[in-house]
Amino acid sequence: MQAEQLDKAPDDAATWPDQIYDLLKSHGIRQVALVPDAGHSRLIRRCLADDSMQVVTLTTEEEGIAMLLGAWLGGDKGVLLMQSSGVGNCINMLSLGILHRTPMPMIVTMRGDFGEFNPAQVPMGSATQTVLEAMGTIVRRADRPEDVAPTVNATIRMAFNTFRPTATLIGQRVLGAKTFGKD
Amino acid sequence: MATANTRALDRRELCRAVLADRGDMLVVAGLGAPAWDITAVGDCPENLPLWGGMGAAAMIGLGLSIAQPRRTVLVITGDGEMLMGLGSLATIAVKRPPNLAILVQDNEHYGETGMQETATRYGVDLVAIARGAGFARTMLVTSADQVAPLREAIHAGAGPLFAVAKVDAASLPLVLPPRDGAYLQARMREAVLGPEAHHQL
Repeated sequence: MQAEQLDKAPDDAATWPDQIYDLLKSHGIRQVALVPDAGHSRLIRRCLADDSMQVVTLTTEEEGIAMLLGAWLGGDKGVLLMQSSGVGNCINMLSLGILHRTPMPMIVTMRGDFGEFNPAQVPMGSATQTVLEAMGTIVRRADRPEDVAPTVNATIRMAFNTFRPTATLIGQRVLGAKTFGKD
Repeated sequence: MATANTRALDRRELCRAVLADRGDMLVVAGLGAPAWDITAVGDCPENLPLWGGMGAAAMIGLGLSIAQPRRTVLVITGDGEMLMGLGSLATIAVKRPPNLAILVQDNEHYGETGMQETATRYGVDLVAIARGAGFARTMLVTSADQVAPLREAIHAGAGPLFAVAKVDAASLPLVLPPRDGAYLQARMREAVLGPEAHHQL
């Protein structure tokens, strides 16, 4: 079994990663904080290739929440890219966004959500939306490829128009259910 | 075991010296004593004293220093707060913001919760950790005659700086900053961006 079968990147034919990149550009996103996920791999490559974006690879996702506050203090718009497991690392840090009323858009690729292979992904994947909402984040899901761009657009708009943490959860189904040769 | 008391600085005197003639420097202070210290020296819109988010201070500094590359950004925080965000030292060292300085006021204790000892009390060396992460500029400040060079290094803007100052563990009178985080954020944004700060889309 190849590693990429465990954590699936979008098919080459998928257009939604490029649509997210285009949205980051149109919204003037300048700081991109991330912990890598295969689902975000193409988007990350696009951001790294863009000299007008500052891409910061974090050691843990909560660093990204703090970085988004710093960015906004200085007038930069930022976004946090992560996998659903990383949401759990952000819980207490999300209080910063509520306390300070800071725009904090997050784009989360789901694991443990649809056709998951790895049992360790299921507990946090099952709790991702609950945890975010418990900490005051507005959460919207995209479970079809055509829903990704409008949902991310709404997430970024809601963050910067209403000053709070917001998140799009990109369902594992969007990345394609994995069957590991059993179909 | 290092004995802090024989070489410890007064934390507020240190803050006062470091922040003297600060120009347009932006300051983020970790929760607890560092927030009270910068407020005791003088509250102003260019200060962001934190009330929570333990472990966040250095990364807030990184986001701010990237957004405002022409200003010096100083993070003043405690040893307990820095220990909770050690990973951020790796993140910052890789990003290498030239205008960011981090000053840890190390009293080797958790001051807000009953003066329990931190790991630095047992020899954990934050300067060595920062150096190992890749900070080319580090300082350990243990005496009053090192404070002026520390201030110079902070203002030099010659690559990210990580400094530890060993400070006295005495609890000083509370000098509390405003508690409304929305206000603290908005006033710094206005100081940096002007009135347009409140109309950014």
